[in-house]
Amino acid sequence: MSQLEIKDLHVSIGEKQIVKGLSLTVRSGEVHAIMGPNGTGKSTLAKAVAGHPSYTITSGDVLLDGKSVLPMQPDERARAGLFLAFQYPSEIPGVSIANFLRAAVQARLGEGEELDATGYYKRLYSKMDLLQIDRKFTSRAINDGFSGGEKKRCEILQMAMLEPKFALMDETDSGLDIDALRIVADGVNALRSTNLGVLMITHYQRLLGYIVPDHVHVMWDGRIVKSGDKSLALELEAKGYDWVKNELIPA
Amino acid sequence: MSDVTETESAPIADTVDNPVSGIDQTAGNFSYKVDYEFDAGTGLSEKTVRYISTVKKEAPWILEFRLNALKQFLAKPMPTHWATKDLENINFDKIRYYLSSGQKPKRTWEEVPDDIKKTFERLGVPEHERKFLAGVEAQFDSEAAYSNIKDIVSKQGVIFVNSTEGLREHPELFRKFFGKVIPTGDNKFSALNSAVFSGGSFIYVPKGVKVAQPLQAYFRINAENFGQFERTLIIADEGAEVTYMEGCTAPKFSTSTLHSAVVELVALKGAKIQYITVQNWANNVFNLVTKRGVAHEEAEIKWIDCNIGSRLTMKYPGVVLKGRKARGEVISIALANDGQHQDTGAKMIHAADETTSNIVAKSISVGQGRSTYRGVVHIPKHLKGCKNNTECDALLINSNSRTDTYPAITVRGERNSVQHEASVSKVSEEQIFYMQQRGLTEGQAMSLSVNGFINDLARQFPMEYSVELKRLIDLEMEGSVG
Repeated sequence: MSQLEIKDLHVSIGEKQIVKGLSLTVRSGEVHAIMGPNGTGKSTLAKAVAGHPSYTITSGDVLLDGKSVLPMQPDERARAGLFLAFQYPSEIPGVSIANFLRAAVQARLGEGEELDATGYYKRLYSKMDLLQIDRKFTSRAINDGFSGGEKKRCEILQMAMLEPKFALMDETDSGLDIDALRIVADGVNALRSTNLGVLMITHYQRLLGYIVPDHVHVMWDGRIVKSGDKSLALELEAKGYDWVKNELIPA
Repeated sequence: MSDVTETESAPIADTVDNPVSGIDQTAGNFSYKVDYEFDAGTGLSEKTVRYISTVKKEAPWILEFRLNALKQFLAKPMPTHWATKDLENINFDKIRYYLSSGQKPKRTWEEVPDDIKKTFERLGVPEHERKFLAGVEAQFDSEAAYSNIKDIVSKQGVIFVNSTEGLREHPELFRKFFGKVIPTGDNKFSALNSAVFSGGSFIYVPKGVKVAQPLQAYFRINAENFGQFERTLIIADEGAEVTYMEGCTAPKFSTSTLHSAVVELVALKGAKIQYITVQNWANNVFNLVTKRGVAHEEAEIKWIDCNIGSRLTMKYPGVVLKGRKARGEVISIALANDGQHQDTGAKMIHAADETTSNIVAKSISVGQGRSTYRGVVHIPKHLKGCKNNTECDALLINSNSRTDTYPAITVRGERNSVQHEASVSKVSEEQIFYMQQRGLTEGQAMSLSVNGFINDLARQFPMEYSVELKRLIDLEMEGSVG
């Protein structure tokens, strides 16, 4: 049982404060959704937790199983069990998915430990079968010329292979048509387990129709203004973000 | 200067400061104390040249050749009107031009003196020889310490010896081609090499013989303030095929070292020569090399040139396409890290109809590293059916890097075609963060980007060399993280 604790987090980009005191705890097995309009700091939250160098944490803390991740480099945080599914994954020309994942798996082994190539490919193929991904997919260069749907599936495959403790999924539904959305959601659902905690960031309710969250949080201007169960997402859908603005924000 | 001079002990590399901080080139960074039996002393004069020639017991024509070259070297100005001013930092008076423990290479590793054998064992040379090579020549400073060719290859009539031995044992063959592809006065450094050359390979592959496994030379600089001037001549007779690979390393010293080779290739009718270099000189080495081949009718010359190390490399492998339907190719990879300047490129001189040439150059500049591409493609007006394809891609890692491209393409006449593409890309902070988010360190992430960038070229290499290249890039990028 693991726990990711975000405590009174304040994040800025340059001089501009974006996240203004956000607290949230995710435990293994739980799926949390953060909803909110554009520009409210959702993606900033995800990137700051993952350690992106452009984001400065001015106060607060992020604890993974009680230990602060803030002094850790992004790669150390990743190896400690944090995974960020990117809204806009980077292209890395010439590096195949298979080789990239192999390097990422190798990076998790101890000093002098060699990756067992046969075992690696066996595991890779079983994850691809689970996610219904064609075998030819992994010989393509990462995200290079991928469609929106392919990029997101590539993210989910990496998540499946790296088996994080916590996955931060940043606007995983953005840019997907309904078929692609269903495929990606099926993938995430296949990975749901008691060992994985998920923090899903989304603008729209529609993703939550496919990946049903245990907890829903509404974010506004850098803070969580309301939390509830999955019915909160439906309420938000029905009433719109104006409802948040008019009723949930203390004047 | 005496016949036998005990040199001062070579410094142990680990205790010498690397002049360029933050770069890890551990692979070749070690040296053992060696007592040289033959030492031409420091500085360059007619006496130096005579000393080298005497020690090698050369024929009078070779001494004449050398002395003439020395005159040309002294007369020629530094090419700083187009090349970097850094060349002016070479102090020719402080360089040692000849160091050896004897002129006759050993045929078995058991006979190689321990200190020298240890060096090559650490570099993995004997191991590679057992695994996949048809022959090996291992040069230690001025002379080959070891030279051997597998029986099966020598029985086919293939000659693979060092240049000293080639001149002595096969003078008629050697002299016919020697200095013909690259004349002494081609440039200041070809003149310097012609004056003081020692070591390098002489290869002759008889008509129709296809050497299945590569021949390899390993060039090792061990001594400080040393200049290595090997001279290689490869002749592939009609229909013959050969692949030659060279590896280069040196320990890091706080003073500069000079490597200035001349390599001449001759591919007679229908022959194929593939010449592969993986240069990993330490960052104090000036690497100023002239490489050119002549491809006769339907012959093919391919240079694969990887420059990872050195302080300054200036090297533009060329092919003179002399016979109808001759083909020339240069595949060039250059990695310039902090404190390095890789000034590389290619020359394709079309001199017959229906000749084709292909240049693919990829450069990577990291930190303050600088890469320059210079290319010459020349297709004169009277020719027809000639084709050239040139592709130059540059990858920049962090904003201080610098890259320049100077293509000079002269294509006259209307029946020839030429294609030129160039691109510059950057490894962005976002890409690095993306890879780090998957658990790779910053260094591993950069290394992966670089390997991805050159992936399509590296795949053309023999397996062992692409593995070695990847390993060198990994080391280089690991060390470049500040």
